[in-house]
Amino acid sequence: MNRIWDLSAFADRTALLDEASESMTYGQLQAEGDELAKAVGGRCLAFILCRNSIGSVLGYTAFLNHGIVPVMVNSHLEETLLVNLLEAYAPEYLWLPADQAAQFPGMEKTYEARGYILLKTGFAKRYLLYEDLALLITTSGSTGSPKLVRQSYENILDNARSIAAYLRLDETERPITTLPMNYVYGLSIINSHFLVGATVLLTEKGLMQKEFWQFFREAGATSFGGVPYTYEMLFKLRFFRMDLPSLRTVTQAGGKITPELHEKFAAWAADTGRNFVVMYGAAEATSRMGYLPPEKAVEKKGSMGIPIPGGTFELLDAEGNRITEPHTTGELVYTGKNVTLGYAESGEDLIRGDERRGRLETGDMAQFDEDGYYYIVGRKKRFLKIYGNRVNLDEIDRMVKAEFQIEMASAGKDDHLYLFVTNEKTAESVREFVIGKTKLNPAAFKAVVLDEIPKNDAGKTLYSELTKYYE
Amino acid sequence: MTNLEKYNQAFIENFEVTEDQLPGLKYQDVEAWDSVGHMGLIASLEEAFDIMMDTDDIIDFGSYEIGKQILAKDAYGVVVE
Repeated sequence: MNRIWDLSAFADRTALLDEASESMTYGQLQAEGDELAKAVGGRCLAFILCRNSIGSVLGYTAFLNHGIVPVMVNSHLEETLLVNLLEAYAPEYLWLPADQAAQFPGMEKTYEARGYILLKTGFAKRYLLYEDLALLITTSGSTGSPKLVRQSYENILDNARSIAAYLRLDETERPITTLPMNYVYGLSIINSHFLVGATVLLTEKGLMQKEFWQFFREAGATSFGGVPYTYEMLFKLRFFRMDLPSLRTVTQAGGKITPELHEKFAAWAADTGRNFVVMYGAAEATSRMGYLPPEKAVEKKGSMGIPIPGGTFELLDAEGNRITEPHTTGELVYTGKNVTLGYAESGEDLIRGDERRGRLETGDMAQFDEDGYYYIVGRKKRFLKIYGNRVNLDEIDRMVKAEFQIEMASAGKDDHLYLFVTNEKTAESVREFVIGKTKLNPAAFKAVVLDEIPKNDAGKTLYSELTKYYE
Repeated sequence: MTNLEKYNQAFIENFEVTEDQLPGLKYQDVEAWDSVGHMGLIASLEEAFDIMMDTDDIIDFGSYEIGKQILAKDAYGVVVE
């Protein structure tokens, strides 16, 4: 009984290949997954400490196909954050890289395969799991809140099918990993390609490493995905001059790319016969909601496109009325089977059912043009995308105030977060604290010392007065 | 500033490390030297020495020591000692 992928349909094809030339066929993925699921013993909650490695993907596909509910976290997640999550959700098992076993001395190892081990946690508490709950994943921000998105089997299957259809995926595709699999965009690449029998190329190396490009060329990668910052790096790497004959498609999501970069990559794709596909999505919609068909990439610069197959967009004005005039800003609302069940804040929420009923208010402000192409123009809520990761500014403020007992405010634009404080002496420690909590590169964070944080008479922070410091 | 001082400064500013950490420092040894940090380092070095580095040199630049060898190439002619 496979809940998502019919792996045996492609039994002789290669499902996974890593940079050490280890590989796994779909048939092996099915057979070894069955063994792993047997070792777990039945439906329960299990954390996967994810890497872009064969063992990690084996655990993921085995758990999903057999009704074991994984919580997807990065294997490098800061230890206190991980401990908080474990305590909030009390999973029965952990599936993690064997080299991290020492982090969990009290737990019993019950199974081992492909460089990963299964640990029985020993939590006495067991939370009930809603019948359609398939997996739990963070909303891409990594500030340590235990808030997870609850995704159903239907969510995952529907979104993967839609992606495979609009990207016209087939078994000849060989996507190379550039994003972690605990990040919905990275996971969606695995989900969609396993539906068509393609070969996923796994590497922990990044774009700035020689080994990545060696593996890319040797393994004949056909596609990869990137967040806006990825495209800035590719541009600085003089990507357009690189000789990559196997490459067919590059996709972009995880925030809005600048119109300048959009134009450059669209022109490169048009000139070299490649596809450049700008996409739009969120963890709350499993992964994807919109895409810009590659043949429109040049013409519709700055647009995130149209709804994916099976989905619809609408814009609502401040009164909640549907906007019908082009070039009018409203909140983007998406409807589709990939809209997730809702959030969980702790194990008690895992029994909750479908709270969104297929409709998601995205919190993004958008417009459409005469041809029905959508453009993101702003956000309703206070969050930034830092290197593709959602960072909630109100949450940053709460954490810093709780830690330092000071007045402060955070603000900024994508990839640039500003921490406004009033005391020179704490500025640097506040900055270091936030870097440590988000685990994002320090280059994105600046501390600015002000005489006072601007506030209105009611004591509410006037964030609009802070924009002059960063725009 | 000497070339060595400029070179060290690029690492110290981008990765928030101290000078004594530099010998032997490799990509991903410190959290800040990830792909984002790497791009920042290259940008700083290009500015400090007024050069434009090739793709292969950017991705070969895997450690503090290798970087010195790369900058010493004829294409850049920057001797760091």
